[in-house]
Amino acid sequence: MTKLFDFADSASSVSGPPSSVEYANDRIFRGIAWLSASLIIVLTAYILWEIGREAVPAIGKYGLGFITGTTWNVNKDEFGVLPEIWGTLYSSLLALFLGGIFGIAIAIFLTQDFIHHRLATVFRTVIEMLAAIPSVVFGLWGIFVLIPLLKPGAAWLHEHVGWFPLFSTDLAGPGMAPAALVLAIMILPTVAAISVDAFRRIPYKVKEAAYGMGTTRWEAIIKVMLPTASSGILAALVLGFGRALGETMALAMLIGNANQISLSLFSPANTLASLLASTFPEAGKIEVQALMYAALVLLVITFIVNVAGLAVQQYTIRKFEGKK
Amino acid sequence: MSDIDLSLAAEAPRPLPQLGRQAFEPRALKSGFLTGLTWLAALLAAVPLISVMYLLLVQGGTRLFGADFAEVLTGLPPAGFEMGGGIGPAIVGTLAMVGIASVISIPLGILAAIYLGVLEPNSRMANTSRFLAKVLTGFPSIMAGVFVYAVMVVHWGYSAWAGGVALAVLMLRTVVLAAEEAMAQVPQRMKDAAYGMGCTRTQVIWKVVLPTGMPGILTGVLLAVAGAAGESAPLLFTALFSNYFISQLSEPTASLSILIYNFSGMPFPNQIELAWTASLVLVLIVLVFNILARLIGQPKV
Amino acid sequence: MSATAEAAFIAEPFKATGDVVIDCKVDKIFYGDFLAVRDSTVPVEKKKITGFIGPSGCGKSTVLRSLNRMNDLIQVFRFEGSVMYHGQDIYAKKVDPVVVRRYIGMVFQQPNPFSMSIYDNVAFGLRLNRYKGDIDERVERALKRAALWNEVKDKLKNSGLSLSGGQQQRLCIARAIATEPDVLLMDEPCSALDPIATRQVEELMLELKANYTVALVTHNMQQATRVADTTAFFSVDISRGGRTGYLVEMGPTKQIFEDPREQLTKEYISGQFS
Repeated sequence: MTKLFDFADSASSVSGPPSSVEYANDRIFRGIAWLSASLIIVLTAYILWEIGREAVPAIGKYGLGFITGTTWNVNKDEFGVLPEIWGTLYSSLLALFLGGIFGIAIAIFLTQDFIHHRLATVFRTVIEMLAAIPSVVFGLWGIFVLIPLLKPGAAWLHEHVGWFPLFSTDLAGPGMAPAALVLAIMILPTVAAISVDAFRRIPYKVKEAAYGMGTTRWEAIIKVMLPTASSGILAALVLGFGRALGETMALAMLIGNANQISLSLFSPANTLASLLASTFPEAGKIEVQALMYAALVLLVITFIVNVAGLAVQQYTIRKFEGKK
Repeated sequence: MSDIDLSLAAEAPRPLPQLGRQAFEPRALKSGFLTGLTWLAALLAAVPLISVMYLLLVQGGTRLFGADFAEVLTGLPPAGFEMGGGIGPAIVGTLAMVGIASVISIPLGILAAIYLGVLEPNSRMANTSRFLAKVLTGFPSIMAGVFVYAVMVVHWGYSAWAGGVALAVLMLRTVVLAAEEAMAQVPQRMKDAAYGMGCTRTQVIWKVVLPTGMPGILTGVLLAVAGAAGESAPLLFTALFSNYFISQLSEPTASLSILIYNFSGMPFPNQIELAWTASLVLVLIVLVFNILARLIGQPKV
Repeated sequence: MSATAEAAFIAEPFKATGDVVIDCKVDKIFYGDFLAVRDSTVPVEKKKITGFIGPSGCGKSTVLRSLNRMNDLIQVFRFEGSVMYHGQDIYAKKVDPVVVRRYIGMVFQQPNPFSMSIYDNVAFGLRLNRYKGDIDERVERALKRAALWNEVKDKLKNSGLSLSGGQQQRLCIARAIATEPDVLLMDEPCSALDPIATRQVEELMLELKANYTVALVTHNMQQATRVADTTAFFSVDISRGGRTGYLVEMGPTKQIFEDPREQLTKEYISGQFS
């Protein structure tokens, strides 16, 4: 870029072209920014590739039997993660059920004029504080508060309704129920936040139309607001589910790390993430390979669920932009 | 053609509408019931938070603000049957690794966000990058640990560096998305004004976009730091743990989160107490950053 | 103007009487496949106010923003023609639009001060151009010329965004003239202002004329009569199925409004369409 206009009309004009330093800075800086953005792509690819690569020996050795096997025995070189897959899905679904209901209820509470908006902000802060508490702290709380709290109720249920598969064992300590409960508490803020966004996206005129027809507040919510926000809420649930799938520490501390499959809410179990957390540090080379395979399985599951959730979210955003 | 009678049925007088509120009308009852349920749900959701805070203050607080305040903060973690001791190395370790992670992820994240939010927001590179950042947000945090293990620990052993890098991977996604959001919110007309004055694109960014978007960027950064401080899974097999203050960054390092994890499983009341104390300190750190983030997040526009 | 496949109407060339600072010759302006403006030659004379008027969609803003290559920010924009600035075509390949904008300043429709202090807003251009002289003095001069000095001299550290709409627009004008650019482009600068602020800005424009060349787009005909020395009237050509803007007539303001050559101009002036 040459100095084509190296002058200005009035004698006191200050205008002048950028210096060559400024031009160089511009180009260098933009290049660095481009590099940084591409780093994210490279990083994701690298993570996937690296974990995949480390898992290859195990995949070769155990094949698909890994996913259907139920024993985890280092000495016999037998590895299977079916109990962990079961534990991961079961705990996350339970958490989704509870956390989802509460999350949506709170989103309704915050956005449908139940309380003064200042109070709503305070409450929103409370929920965000909940989200800020680290996983290990929830684990600690679960061990010393939740499990003792649940034990009497679990014992009662087991004694009286023990024939029902959900209550077929006793809660000796860690188990599915406390783990799923804590998990529900942890994903509640995620579900609530995305659902709040979904409700906020509804154009005001939709609300006007509903109330204009003389609906009560709940009729408006159930018949109009929820259906309109439904895809956003679906995104919230899917993404909350995704978060539950990946949660590690609190589960490692609360689920009992037992490699078994059971429908009972009170039996100990294991998840892929807690398997990794509890066995990795002490694992020998062979076990590490098997664990990498397990990590790959977890990665694939969470990847699929998260992409699906993001897709639903994108669809929701486009739907409302189209409506406007 | 047809003989529809369009005249109003003037003969049959219509009943006057009852406009007053009727408390026991079924619609109103159902509405009240549902409202009650919603209030219940809201209050129930606050219970865990209150419970956790209460326990932190009681269990952790008694030890922290007890006679040995200094010992707790600076002492070494006690072994099995020891009494006393403290969480000093863990605090230092957490701060060190979060520091490493911040130094790596904050500049990178903001630079990437500049590209995504200002320079070429609609390019394929930007869309892919943005999408992957969101996907990364959903990754289990333990994956960062697994990844860094395979890449760093296998070659160079457990270290604070490895822990820091693992945390950086996790912080990056938050910083990028929050910073991009903040910069995209700077009104186009302000950027137009800068372009109109003959700024190069870099100058528009440094003179207008970054200063104006700074509150939002800082919010994202602070939230990312708070999140990293609380992480434990990625540190499990990158930084491991240590009972001593770190002397070099290339050795295994203690951290508050791993201390809590390790001690929570021990059958010794002393350790359990310290776990609560560490939890209190950790939650205080996290909360302080969260509150700062919210206070700063008022945009200047 | 007619529906048959005749040669498209092209305005009679305007013979400038003074120095022409910017000689804009538009052959075609495209947004993607959409032909936005065609066949318009608009010379902008030194130290005069040239007004662009016309109904909405006639391309007057597009042409104005082409004069400082502001339209480059829109990716699908394509300019065919030439804009001669002091003998050089600013659309030539080797010309950097950043440099062009240092010499040709712009005031936008919506006031857009930076979120900095009033002082920093006005000093922005001076610092950008690495002015080594007395910045305080230039800032004061610019604010005085923009008729804003008395209102803000005690609060120069306050944010530019704390001013009223009219004051913000005058701040933007001060910012634009602080570096004393060759030409000042103004894109409907009063449309977001109340009548009193509008009058202040119009008076300001008349004073600016002594020192600056101004090209002004306005949708308010009366404003053109009050302020512009020369007026260019654009309209929309729908004869070929699209909505393409084009120059209908350009001349001294008095002549355009009192004795226009073209029928279309007469109709617009008398308010038959807008």
